[in-house]
Amino acid sequence: MTSFLERARSDIGTPPIAALQIGARRFSDHRAHAVEAFPPMDDMRDRARAIRLHTLANLDRYLAQFADALEGVGGHVFFAADAHEANEYVVQLAHARNVERIVKSKSMLTEELHLNDALEAEGMEVVETDLGELIVQLANDRPSHIIAPVLHKTRFEIGTLFEEKLGVPYTDDPIQLNTIARRHLRPLFLTADMGISGVNIAVAQTGSICIVTNEGNGRLTTTAPRIHVAMLGAERLVPSIGDMSVILEVLARSATGQKLSVYTNVLTGPRRPGEPDGPDELHVVIVDNGRSKVLAGPSSEILACIRCGACLNVCPVYRTVGGHAYGSTYPGPVGSVLTPALFDLDEWSDLPYASTLCGACLEVCPVRIDIPRLLLDQRNLSVQTRTGPMWMRRPLRAYAGAATHPGRFRALLRAGAVIGRLFRTGWIRRLPWRGAAWTRGRDLQAPVKSFHRRWKERNRGS
Amino acid sequence: MATVQLFVTCLVDAFAPQVGEAVVDLLERLGLTVEFPFGQTCCGQPAFNAGFRDEARRMAVHTLEVLDATEGMIVLPSGSCADMVIRHIPDLVADDPDLSEAAQRVAARTREFTSFLVDDLDVTDVEATGAGSCTLHHSCHGLRNLGVKSQPERLLDNVQGMDRVELADATECCGFGGLFALEMPDVSIAMLDRKLDNIEASGADTIVGGDISCLLHIAGGLHRRGSSIEVRHIAEILAKR
Ligand code: SF4
Repeated sequence: MTSFLERARSDIGTPPIAALQIGARRFSDHRAHAVEAFPPMDDMRDRARAIRLHTLANLDRYLAQFADALEGVGGHVFFAADAHEANEYVVQLAHARNVERIVKSKSMLTEELHLNDALEAEGMEVVETDLGELIVQLANDRPSHIIAPVLHKTRFEIGTLFEEKLGVPYTDDPIQLNTIARRHLRPLFLTADMGISGVNIAVAQTGSICIVTNEGNGRLTTTAPRIHVAMLGAERLVPSIGDMSVILEVLARSATGQKLSVYTNVLTGPRRPGEPDGPDELHVVIVDNGRSKVLAGPSSEILACIRCGACLNVCPVYRTVGGHAYGSTYPGPVGSVLTPALFDLDEWSDLPYASTLCGACLEVCPVRIDIPRLLLDQRNLSVQTRTGPMWMRRPLRAYAGAATHPGRFRALLRAGAVIGRLFRTGWIRRLPWRGAAWTRGRDLQAPVKSFHRRWKERNRGS
Repeated sequence: MATVQLFVTCLVDAFAPQVGEAVVDLLERLGLTVEFPFGQTCCGQPAFNAGFRDEARRMAVHTLEVLDATEGMIVLPSGSCADMVIRHIPDLVADDPDLSEAAQRVAARTREFTSFLVDDLDVTDVEATGAGSCTLHHSCHGLRNLGVKSQPERLLDNVQGMDRVELADATECCGFGGLFALEMPDVSIAMLDRKLDNIEASGADTIVGGDISCLLHIAGGLHRRGSSIEVRHIAEILAKR
């Protein structure tokens, strides 16, 4: 597999990244204004954090409560240990009910599971109905952002794509593009046998699931087809409806700067007799896929994440490289912690290093997840398991040896100054070995006579 | 007269000793006695950030031994190293009760340079004079972990004869990040380029910061560009009269 750096390198400075940079900045500006206009935000963040951490600490209990409550209102619950089990359940269900066409609302979890591939392999038609996801699907692309999957595409590209794939005349007018997508999707909604959605928040007490969108496609996906399958990441629970409302307060503000998303649907069970709409069957697939491993490990705090995407929008690294560089479903700072924790640190060991630890993510996270600390912990883990940048070990050991013996340290400083004098201009333009990575884009000031020596010369003694 | 301990940090020691001298000059001007614990080396931050905790711990323990043997406040002309001493070293040695206590004692006495001036000494005008215009880059660790933002701004605003102009995205990371600059060079350089563009666009003739690590990064980039913009640690500006 390619590395983060290789993937980043091929993207830096390209038009998609420029588009993404503008979009991410717009989101973070909106967020800043929304937070400023809402003085209780700080308090809400504390409450949201407390709710999420409490839920995680008692997750087994709340999952059981959720399952009982949902079954009590006529829903079906399936616990899937991994992607295979989750996909298999949906595939079997679709077969059993003679499903041909499936509409989907946006869901990162299904991306993580590669559920579309599994269904398509069985000959079913899967249609993404979130505008961004639809574009990703038509373009055979991957999402680059948690809440705005095509943040990396310009409307000109989308115009061309629609012209090609949907056979409509070219337009780059956002409203017209929207209308085209809507016309394309309407009949598909009406003829789909199954709707698959993600879940933003599940409520343990009532067995309810909450789905938040801005386009209304989620509402159609979950109510129009006769079967609704909701894919729930096992960690995304809260105890009560009141708790859910606290999460909603911070979610939209952090994500897009909205007070509330345009569509906030709370569904409790399938359609009851006498109700005009809603599915006949509701299945909630609760997916572990590594989550209990994360919960038991040093990065468990990351499971408190409510997927608002705020940390992506402010991250200077994400804004420079875009979401694809992170190589998995979850990009940006949250992905740098979640991906190696959820899957395999061996394979993803460079992600914890794809950060300057600047702390912008922590500053905005609505549940105050200390991402920099989690990254530092994972770096340490990757050194312990020897999957990290082991080339540093020798130089750092040598440096630590000098730094714990002041005499040696001062000798090192003197040696540095001697070498520094070789550079008449005071600047080093080219360093050997790993240092070449520095001088590729920057000069380095040559070391000079140390402060230690200057202090001594000031006759202050030692 | 109060005594303060100066911890210059390894980068200042090797690359920018004039910053240490400026801190000494200024603190003495303010009537303090400055001591320099001669055994000091490196706080261990580079190794800690890279994930090499054993190596970091050894340097941290050494730093604790040197600093705990002194008295008075400990002043560092670096937000990130101050952050290391205040927040991370206590974590690193938390498993050892004796070291842990020493770490708490040392952390409680440690301050980043500008916050020491403003928050502890209650000084915002150090009677410095300058010329031309400057713009301020906020280094991440001091800014977000220690809350150092208004302190350097106020100190600079009181420098006679020097204008401070705003820097676009002044709080955005310059892309240094220690090991990051070496491990992810293309990304680091792209981030630096954005920072340099903003610095040049500000029109200031001096870029000022509170952390020599970021300043080495920025200076290296400006020099590569052939820019004539000067790079100064805030202590150097404040020490001038
Ligand atoms: S880590 Fe925090 S800021 Fe990032 S997506 Fe999750 S909740 Fe939002």
